Amino acid sequence: MPEKVTLLSVYRYLPQTNCGECGEPNCMAFASKLLDRRATPDNCPPLKKPKYKEQLAKLIELIAPPIKEVKLGVGENLVKIGGKEVMYRHELTYHNPTAIAIDVSDTMDDDKIVERCKKIESISIVRIGDTLKVNMIAVRCASKDPDRFSYVVSLVARSCNLPLILCSFDPKILRAALEKGQVANKRPLLYAVTEENWREFSELAKQYDCPVAVFAPNNLSLIKSLIKTLQAIGIHDIVIDAGSYTEGNLLRDSVNNFIMIRRAAIKRGDKDLGYPIMAVPAVVWMVENQEPVIASYREACMASLFMNRFADLLIMHTSEIWALLPVLTLRQNIYTDPRKPVSVESGLRVIGKPDEKSPVFLTTNFALTYFTVANDLESAGINCYLLVLDAEGLAVEVSVAGGQFNPSKVKDLFTSSGIEKMVKHKKLIIPGLAARLKGEIEDLTGWEVIVGPRDSSQIKSFLTKYWA
Amino acid sequence: MAIFLGDEIEEKEEIKALMKSLAKFIEKLGDLELENVEIRAEELTFIIQPMVGFTAQIPQITQKVEKKIETLLKAEFSPPIETYPGTITEVKIGATRSEGGSRRKVIKIGGEKTMPFYSFEALNPNKPAIAMDIFDMPIELAKSVRQHFEDVMHDPAEWAKRQVEDFGAEIVSLNLISTDPLIKDTSPKEAAKTVENVLQAVDVPLIIGGSGNKAKDPLVLEAAAEVASGERCILNSANIDNDYKRIARAAKQHNHIVVAFTPMDINNQKKLNRLLLDEGLSKEQIIIDPTTAALGYGLDYTLSLMERIKLAGLLGDPDLQMPILASTSNSWGAREAWMKSEEWGPKEYRGPLWETVTTITAMMAGGDLFMLSHPATVRIIKRLIESLYGEVNADQRIQDWITDIGL
Repeated sequence: MPEKVTLLSVYRYLPQTNCGECGEPNCMAFASKLLDRRATPDNCPPLKKPKYKEQLAKLIELIAPPIKEVKLGVGENLVKIGGKEVMYRHELTYHNPTAIAIDVSDTMDDDKIVERCKKIESISIVRIGDTLKVNMIAVRCASKDPDRFSYVVSLVARSCNLPLILCSFDPKILRAALEKGQVANKRPLLYAVTEENWREFSELAKQYDCPVAVFAPNNLSLIKSLIKTLQAIGIHDIVIDAGSYTEGNLLRDSVNNFIMIRRAAIKRGDKDLGYPIMAVPAVVWMVENQEPVIASYREACMASLFMNRFADLLIMHTSEIWALLPVLTLRQNIYTDPRKPVSVESGLRVIGKPDEKSPVFLTTNFALTYFTVANDLESAGINCYLLVLDAEGLAVEVSVAGGQFNPSKVKDLFTSSGIEKMVKHKKLIIPGLAARLKGEIEDLTGWEVIVGPRDSSQIKSFLTKYWA
Repeated sequence: MAIFLGDEIEEKEEIKALMKSLAKFIEKLGDLELENVEIRAEELTFIIQPMVGFTAQIPQITQKVEKKIETLLKAEFSPPIETYPGTITEVKIGATRSEGGSRRKVIKIGGEKTMPFYSFEALNPNKPAIAMDIFDMPIELAKSVRQHFEDVMHDPAEWAKRQVEDFGAEIVSLNLISTDPLIKDTSPKEAAKTVENVLQAVDVPLIIGGSGNKAKDPLVLEAAAEVASGERCILNSANIDNDYKRIARAAKQHNHIVVAFTPMDINNQKKLNRLLLDEGLSKEQIIIDPTTAALGYGLDYTLSLMERIKLAGLLGDPDLQMPILASTSNSWGAREAWMKSEEWGPKEYRGPLWETVTTITAMMAGGDLFMLSHPATVRIIKRLIESLYGEVNADQRIQDWITDIGL
């Protein structure tokens, strides 16, 4: 929401009855939740009464983020994009992670299409408690044949549950897909409105109540004109494609366009540009005779670049997991809430069924480090104790360098966890990356310190060598 | 909702039926708003049939009729340009003969007037620079990195040459890790010899790094500064809790640059920068390293810190106007970069890509100088920087991507 919105200006539109139905003690507390987006007006039951209708509308307008939130698809796999409040994540947090779509061409054989859809939908990598997934499928009409396209759209819709992007600049082809492709009520994103097709396209979008993308490569005045026109027609679920060139000076222009669009919307309050932005890194595949490995690599780089500069939706072509994993991981990084430390509680964890002879490991409370180590110990079937040190949510290497991981904290952890009474030996296994603390920990605790592997994936083979 | 109303609507049975159900609907809701209804009629009369038991008031009908749009509504875009009161300090790395050193190439970084690559509002004068890592002893490295220089890892001078001549390093980052008391405890004097050898082997500027041992590093860097006197090397690094005064003095005496390293803490970064300035270093002699975490391992902290620091500098905070060093080769510590895994696909591609994506992110957030390990990352990042500076004219057509990207 714009900076000028204050607690009082939000409070003004609430019922001010302090009824508590929202779960907050009073309306002011609820206003504060609305302000930092931990609640929505929906959470206030009284506001739904007819007498508050006008107030509610004003409230919604007041707290609307400068970048509209656009919903793609329906049901459990519905994807929300946009809804951004700020230019930089440290100013608040970024809402709605960049949606990632992978393309399917209607010129592929039917069985390949089904196979590709299943592959895309099955991509699933668990990382720090999140499951990283691809969110959408973009069906491209490369055949230019309305019948083929609508058949393939229905085939894709039957093969997977992901929301779709229907790609063709020909409104007749999209109409065919909406009429016969069995997706008319599933709110696919219609790609894309252009200077040539906007009349027929907007009719289609209205008739089927679908979100639309506008496409005008490297021409922001045209983007604005198209959006202004769509708004006048009554279309408000819009995604901007100002072109995502990937080479030379055109790449420079595209990056500049992304930045300018976002800044115009957030800093200047430009309502024409207050919509999610999309990039199509898949265009790197338009180069002929290119090694697929090179193309996948370049595509992942471009996806990362545009995601770093405000892209809310990406259409990609590669389905190689080695190329997607860094992009999915980057998305997870960018969209963590900087207001929350990514840490777990420090203290003692029991893995398996340890006894007084079992090994004692030490790690930090950075969530990823902890989950990785705990998971490696569990999957290797090691019965042990794991001491989790409060390194202020940092990983081992960084916290050793920065002093958050230090011998006196290890000593305190010994005391608070009671580990000295649980085992009969006095041996502590520390992370390989904390090797330089060995001497000091030994001096301070009187325990023997064994330097473990640099990565916990090596723990099992390490134990067979160093733990009788 | 689409109702097409003709001239004689009052007489049509279906309209009457429609009105009847409309009236019932209105009775329930109280009022009615017609949204997005196209009404093609000169005059519109609603006749609601009187009905037994029907007592609803005739409602107010508000019309929100959108005009039929015939031509595109024109709008002009003008770039939302901002200016910043501050400028990032320009730091010159390396010194030529006429400047008291022996480098044939010097590199300038910093000098930004706006955020990275916001070239619509200002062109930042210096492109980000690329340093490649070497070590003063063979170390454990991921195979996909190691294979490019395995044969020269025993000889830092040859290793440095390889990085410069074959892989295009603009700066060599020599890490004197063997000086660590827990590794080989190489003496500062011995380590300084390695520095001399590398200086003779290549003509690009050097970053000279210690082992990370707080007690030993200042001594090692001091000895290195002396043998490299006048070369404007980068001494890596001064910390709040090591003898940064000794490092600053050596830099001042022998014309070098100091890296101010802090672990993920903007306030400590400011503090250390001020302490170094107080020691008599000029702003042109400080580069800051606010900690680079790998993709997936805290890169979110790094990117936000770099953005905050760069913005603060541009907004005029003199303690944060130094260029930023990003040791993105740290990404090789991430298991996704080196570990064999069926689930994650071939590590030969995944590894360098992990480093490349980490570097892209740090670069977009404000990094000015990168320490890299893999030649592919160097190649790609250099090409990317040239593109983002508009130095390559592209003839790329994307209009027909829907049909033309193949299967």
